[in-house]
Amino acid sequence: MLTHVLRSLVGLALVLLGMSLVVFVMARALPGDPARAALGDDAPAESVAAYRAELGLDGPVIVQYARYLRDLARWDLGLSIISRRPVVADLAEALPATIELAAVSIVMGIVGGVGLGLLSLMMPGRVAVALARALPILSLSVPTFWLGLLLQLVFYGRLGLLPFGGQWDSALPAVPRVSGFLLVDTALTGEPALMGRALAHLAMPAFVLAQVSLGAFARITRSALLEVLGENFVRTARAKGLSTRRVILRHVLPVAAAPIVTVIGLRLGSVMGGAVLTETIFAWPGIGRYAVFSIENLDFPAIMGFVLFVSFVYAFVNFLVDLCYVWLDPRVRL
Amino acid sequence: MSALEAVAARAARAEGPGVRRRRRLVALLASRPGFALSLGILAMGLIAVATPGWLAPRDPLALDSDAILAPPSARHWLGTDEVGRDLFARVVYGARPSMLASLAAVACAAVLGGTLGLVAATGPRWQGVVIMRASDMLLAFPLFILAMGIVAALGRGLGNAIIAAVIVWWPQYARLIRASALSVREQPYVEGAQALGASWAAVVRRHVLPNCLSPVLTKASIDVGYMLLVLSGLSFIGLGAQPPSPEWGAMVTSGRTFLLSHWWYPTFPGLAIFLVSVAWNVTGEALRDVYDPRGVVTGVERRDRKAAQGGRQ
Repeated sequence: MLTHVLRSLVGLALVLLGMSLVVFVMARALPGDPARAALGDDAPAESVAAYRAELGLDGPVIVQYARYLRDLARWDLGLSIISRRPVVADLAEALPATIELAAVSIVMGIVGGVGLGLLSLMMPGRVAVALARALPILSLSVPTFWLGLLLQLVFYGRLGLLPFGGQWDSALPAVPRVSGFLLVDTALTGEPALMGRALAHLAMPAFVLAQVSLGAFARITRSALLEVLGENFVRTARAKGLSTRRVILRHVLPVAAAPIVTVIGLRLGSVMGGAVLTETIFAWPGIGRYAVFSIENLDFPAIMGFVLFVSFVYAFVNFLVDLCYVWLDPRVRL
Repeated sequence: MSALEAVAARAARAEGPGVRRRRRLVALLASRPGFALSLGILAMGLIAVATPGWLAPRDPLALDSDAILAPPSARHWLGTDEVGRDLFARVVYGARPSMLASLAAVACAAVLGGTLGLVAATGPRWQGVVIMRASDMLLAFPLFILAMGIVAALGRGLGNAIIAAVIVWWPQYARLIRASALSVREQPYVEGAQALGASWAAVVRRHVLPNCLSPVLTKASIDVGYMLLVLSGLSFIGLGAQPPSPEWGAMVTSGRTFLLSHWWYPTFPGLAIFLVSVAWNVTGEALRDVYDPRGVVTGVERRDRKAAQGGRQ
């Protein structure tokens, strides 16, 4: 196990290095001169040159990359052209909103998806097969941004049940920022109504983000359980007279859990990417909206910082999922 | 199995794989209304790509100043937009920048990835190492985010969005083809062809490639639907096709402002994306069932259910 962890860690380090290289190449492939673009056409040549040096754009490419890596190691993703602040600070400020959205959506997806998968095992075969076939296709084919608009139309426009977007009503007094997570902060005020309001704002965006996972979770739950239930060791466990409870808890779940956790984990990594579209529709003040705002304003350091940050998170989550898989599945022995 | 079925099965074996495959396709069409419907949707879409004028009698650029943001009616089937352009015509003409673009992107990714995968499997070892390392590096990224970064770097526009999609997508095909080519390479008929003195290129072209194609076709069909979502998503955040274009994602973006007052404007272009994407997915799954009968869901499901019920007694 230890050697496996070490080997995975080395693999992770290589992946992160590769990612930094790809993003570095991407940032260098930008058409035009970023320094000139930032300072305007009338800026004197000396200040453009100075700004180029400040951006780390002078010297040979190898040196530039080395400098880029050094900055990365210091958590320095450069300065945002628009906010004039470090990109890392901007991302850190927007991150809690995205984490909150992602966490709630993953919980929704797990409860809904795994629940549907379990439910399908109890349904008559024909219905279950039809559902198992249709649901993943439908949930993978819905354009998230369109689904979000439809929900806004129905739940805000027609029914008036949920807020249109944003994390908080502008009419209400701002909640004091303690942790940055609005759900936690509203809970700290001790007023359930405020927390309810925060949840109402979360409902639609979290669902839109969750529905992509719903079909996948339902399908893997169903097929993992079906596969394990048919295994010989389950029959043996039953034959030696174990109770259904014990068979499910001790023999079925540990084996079936591994693929389910893997699929959930893979989603966990990509949910931040999915947040880009969702946050744009619902004006959710997270890193996805920050990225789109940066794109609209051609704020390249911010865009590249965002891409690298989300990719690192993705790689890291996948690394953890891989470890989990080895730890969970009793059939994988190292 | 009844005696009759046994005879039918023996006859099917005698007919060979081509006939059986065709039979299976016909049976699939009959047993799955969803598949037939999907083929219908795709056929309509392809007609819209080829000759949009046939489907939409109105000009997608003609301004009808009497009907600005008009609701769906007999005159304008899907309503009109903020300058009075017919939305039905725009959705039909949007098939080109939407469907054709996603098809082209997947085709390019499949050809590029397929070629590199073949080289990686059959060429010199160092080339394989370089190609597979590059693809590993790209595969480590979240797909949409990487595509976003690349388009941002190259500059907005549908063309650059397609280039970005191809860059993030080819590694999947390279992997797929390499895996099948590695196993095909070991087959006796490949050795036979080599023994008969066929050149490396001829062996790859005549024997290896044709035997690696069916999983690629299946994957490509499913991917076109997904690609449509990615490209329209890029358009939606302002990176892909730009607004006056009738590309469906861009239309949803321009219609967004009118969502609450004129629901039809963003709704119908989005519906087009949804329907076409579902159709590609359903078609892809059906193709997989035809070409790779081991994975037929119904059969496996039936066996598994039986096993599961056996376990539950």
